[in-house]
Amino acid sequence: MQYPYAMRDLPLMSHSGEQHQRPGHYGAEGIGSPINGRHLSLPGTPSLVRTIPFHPRGSPAVPPRHNHMGLDPEFQQLPLRRQIVSQVSLDSPLSPSMRPRSPWGRFDPYDSPEDQDKEYVGFATLPNQVHRKTVKKGFTFTLIVAGESGLGKSTLINSLFLTDLYKDRKVLNAEERISRTVAIIKHTVGIEEKGVKLRLTIIDTPGFGDAVNNTESWRHIDDYIDQQFEQYFRDESGLNRRNIQDNRVHCCLYFISPFGHGLRPLDVDCMRALHEKVNIIPVLAKADSLTPAEVCRKKMKIREEIKQFGINIYQFPECDSDEDEDFKTQEQILKNSIPFAVIGSNVQVESKGRKFRGRVYPWGVVEVENPAHSDFLLLRNMLVRTHMQDLKDVTREIHYENYRAQCIQNMTRMVVLERKRSLREKYRDGSEADFPLPLAVADTEKERLIYEKDEELRKMQEVLERIQEQMQHSHRGGC
Amino acid sequence: MSEATKPQPQAKGEKTPISDTSYVGIDAILEQMRRKAMKQGFEFNVMVVGQSGLGKSTLMNTLFKSKVSRKSVQPNVEERIPKTVEIKSVSHDVEEKGVRMKLTVIDTPGFGDQINNENCWQPIMKFINDQYESYLQEEININRKKRIPDSRVHCCIYFIPPTGHCLRPLDVEFMRHLSKVVNIVPVIAKADTLTLEERDSFKKTIREELRANGIDVYPQKEFDEDAEDRMINDKIREMTPFAVVGSDQEYQVNGKRILGRKTKWGTIEVENIAHCEFAYLRDLLIRTHMQNIKDITCSIHYETYRVRRLNESNILFTSNPPDHPTVQPKANGQPEEQPATPQPNGVAAQHEALSHEM
Repeated sequence: MQYPYAMRDLPLMSHSGEQHQRPGHYGAEGIGSPINGRHLSLPGTPSLVRTIPFHPRGSPAVPPRHNHMGLDPEFQQLPLRRQIVSQVSLDSPLSPSMRPRSPWGRFDPYDSPEDQDKEYVGFATLPNQVHRKTVKKGFTFTLIVAGESGLGKSTLINSLFLTDLYKDRKVLNAEERISRTVAIIKHTVGIEEKGVKLRLTIIDTPGFGDAVNNTESWRHIDDYIDQQFEQYFRDESGLNRRNIQDNRVHCCLYFISPFGHGLRPLDVDCMRALHEKVNIIPVLAKADSLTPAEVCRKKMKIREEIKQFGINIYQFPECDSDEDEDFKTQEQILKNSIPFAVIGSNVQVESKGRKFRGRVYPWGVVEVENPAHSDFLLLRNMLVRTHMQDLKDVTREIHYENYRAQCIQNMTRMVVLERKRSLREKYRDGSEADFPLPLAVADTEKERLIYEKDEELRKMQEVLERIQEQMQHSHRGGC
Repeated sequence: MSEATKPQPQAKGEKTPISDTSYVGIDAILEQMRRKAMKQGFEFNVMVVGQSGLGKSTLMNTLFKSKVSRKSVQPNVEERIPKTVEIKSVSHDVEEKGVRMKLTVIDTPGFGDQINNENCWQPIMKFINDQYESYLQEEININRKKRIPDSRVHCCIYFIPPTGHCLRPLDVEFMRHLSKVVNIVPVIAKADTLTLEERDSFKKTIREELRANGIDVYPQKEFDEDAEDRMINDKIREMTPFAVVGSDQEYQVNGKRILGRKTKWGTIEVENIAHCEFAYLRDLLIRTHMQNIKDITCSIHYETYRVRRLNESNILFTSNPPDHPTVQPKANGQPEEQPATPQPNGVAAQHEALSHEM
C-alpha cells in the first residue's frame, strides 16, 4: 500500500516583523535587549513554536516545588533504572531500531509509555548530551563572606556545605588584632554528590571591620574581585583557551549584625563599593538573639535602607508566566525574606528522639534547619539548589561584561594616546630619527591622515564613554 | 559529633530523612542548567556538499522528518546548474518534547558540477571562515551580546557517489582542505545501488584512501577524551563512511508505515539497519553526538581560526610605528614574541587591529 507524501511541512522561521523568509543567507540576529534585561528572551522565535512546559514523571524536580529537603518519592526509582539503561547504552551505543535514548541513561525524555510508538527525530536528548560534558568536568562556585568577626560566618559556611573548613582555626585576641589588616584567605573544597562534582571556593576576609579605623577596609575585597576578573579577561583573550580556570567571585554573603538598628555606615559603604562587581546577598547573622517580631522589623528596616542608599543587591530573576504557581509562590517567599535571618551550628544535638544541628539553651533548643526558627534552609536552597546557576550567569553576563568593557576602553585609550603622542612629536618635529624601526612607507600624507583618524578615534572614545556611563547609570537604576 | 569533611554519595534508592545531615543538594544544579537550556534553545548548522542529484535534500528531509532543505522550500525548483558554487542556507525552528532547536541547512549547489572543478571548494572555505570571523568579531566587541548567535558550521556532510571503486580526486581534494576547518562526515549516497559485499569493499577502500591522504573525518581520533569515548568512537570509525538511502515517501510494510523506496524487486526500508545505515547516521548526528560535534567546532576549529587571526593581526600591528617609544628595537616578523609592555597592551592591540579591519 502506498501512502501519499507524508512529510511535515515546517513553517519558515520569521523575524518579528518580517513575514516570509526568503531562502537566502540567514542573517544572524541577536538578543537586542539591553544588558539590564534579565529575561532570557529567545532569538526572535515566533509564537508558532509553542513551548510545552515539560513535566516528565520521575524527574528530579527542583526541591522547592515540593518539599525543602526530601526528594520526590518517585526519584528513588531513577537511580536504579539508570544503572540498567546505561549498561545497555554502553553495549550498543548506536541502537537505531529502538526509540531514541540518551547515551548514559540520565533522565530520558522518551521514556513515557505513550511515546513508544511515535516517530521521533531524537534531538530532545540534547540537554542530556550537554549535561554529560559538564558533569564530567564538574562545576565551580566561588563565594566570598564578608562581615565583622564573631558574627558566625565560619559556622554558617560549615553548616551550609556540611564541611569543616575551619578545623584548626585560632581566634586572635584583641591585641593581636589591632595591627592586622584585612586578609584574604581562600579555602577550596571538593564536594561530590550523586556523581556531580562541585569545586567550592570560599573566600574569607578575617579582619574586616575589626580595626579602630575601618575606612576602606573593603579595599582588599574590591581588589581581589578585580584581580579575578582581570585574570579571567587575560585568559579569555589569550591564545590558549582550552583550560581556563574560572575564579571569578560569584556571590558575596554580607553579614549584618543583629545588634544594631539596621545597617551601619560601614555596611552601607562596603556594599555600595561592591554592588557593581559581585552579587551581594545580605544575611542577618545570629538571628537566634531576636524574637520573630524583632526579626521582622529588622528585615523591613534593612530593606528600606538598602533601597534608600541605592544598594543593588542580587535580584532574583523574574518568573516566566508559564511556571507553575508553586514555583512562583516560592520565589515570592524568597524575595520577602531578604535579608536571610540565619543561625549556624556545627554541633549535633539530640532532642525528642531526633538528631539535628542546633544550639542548646536553657530555655529551649534552636534547630538550624527548622524553617520556623531561621531562614537557613531558604538560604541554602537558594544558594545551592535553585539559584546557583543564575548567580553564575549574572556574574558572567553583567558584572564581568561591565568590567571587561571598561577595561578595554581604558586600554585602547592608553594605546591611542601613546600612539598619538609619538605621532604628534614626529609630525611636529618633522624628523624621523626617533624611531628605531624604519617605517614601512615614509609617507607624510599618510601619517597626517593617521593623525586625523586618531583624533576621530578619540572623539569616538568619548562618545563611547558617555554611552557606557549611561548604560551603567540605567543598570544601577534598573538592577 | 561533628560531620566528616566530605559527604558521601547517597546509597541508591534510599529515601533521605527529614533532617538529612549529609545531603547538600548540589546535583540540583543540573536541573537548573537544563531549565536554562530548555529556555534558551539550541542551534545546529549543518552543511551538505556533493554533486547535484546525489540526494542531498532528500536525505536532510529524511533526517529531520520535515521539509528542511532548500529544494523543498523554493516554490519552483529550477534545475539549472549554477556557474559557480553558491551557498544557500535555510533555517527552521524545530521543537520536540519541549526542546527547541534552530536548525540551519546550508546547501552548496554547483559543487563539482562544472567541467573544470578546480578550487570549487574555495567559496565553501570562505563561507566557513566568514562564519568564524563574524563570531570572532562579536566576541571581541566591547559590548557583547549575552548570547552570541552561532552561525558557525558545525558539521559538513560530504556525499560520495556510489561508484564502488574508490574516491575521486575531487573528493580527496575537498576533504583534505576542509577537514582542517570543519567536522566532515562522509556518506555514500544512493547506497541502494551497491550490494552488501560491494558496499563493504567500497568502504574499506575509502577508509584506506582517507588514511593514506591524512584526512581526519569526524570523529577525529585525536579529540577522544577518555577511554569510554574512544570505545564508542572506534565503533563509529569502523563504519565510516555510512551508506545511506534517503526517502520521503511512506509505504506499508508488515502493517507498519515506514519510509522507503519501492521497486519491483522489493522495498528498501530507510530505517532498517539491515538495508542501509541511515539510522546510524541519524543517531550519530542527532541523538548521541550532536553536542560533541558542536563542542569540537567551538573549542578546536574555532580556536584554531582565532589563534591564526590573532597572530596575523599581531604581525600587522607590530609593523606599525611602535606605540611605546621605549620599546627596544625588535626584529620584524616575530608574531609570537610578546613585547616588553605587559599583556594588556597586547589585548588592546588585538582589539584595535581586529576591529579596524572590520
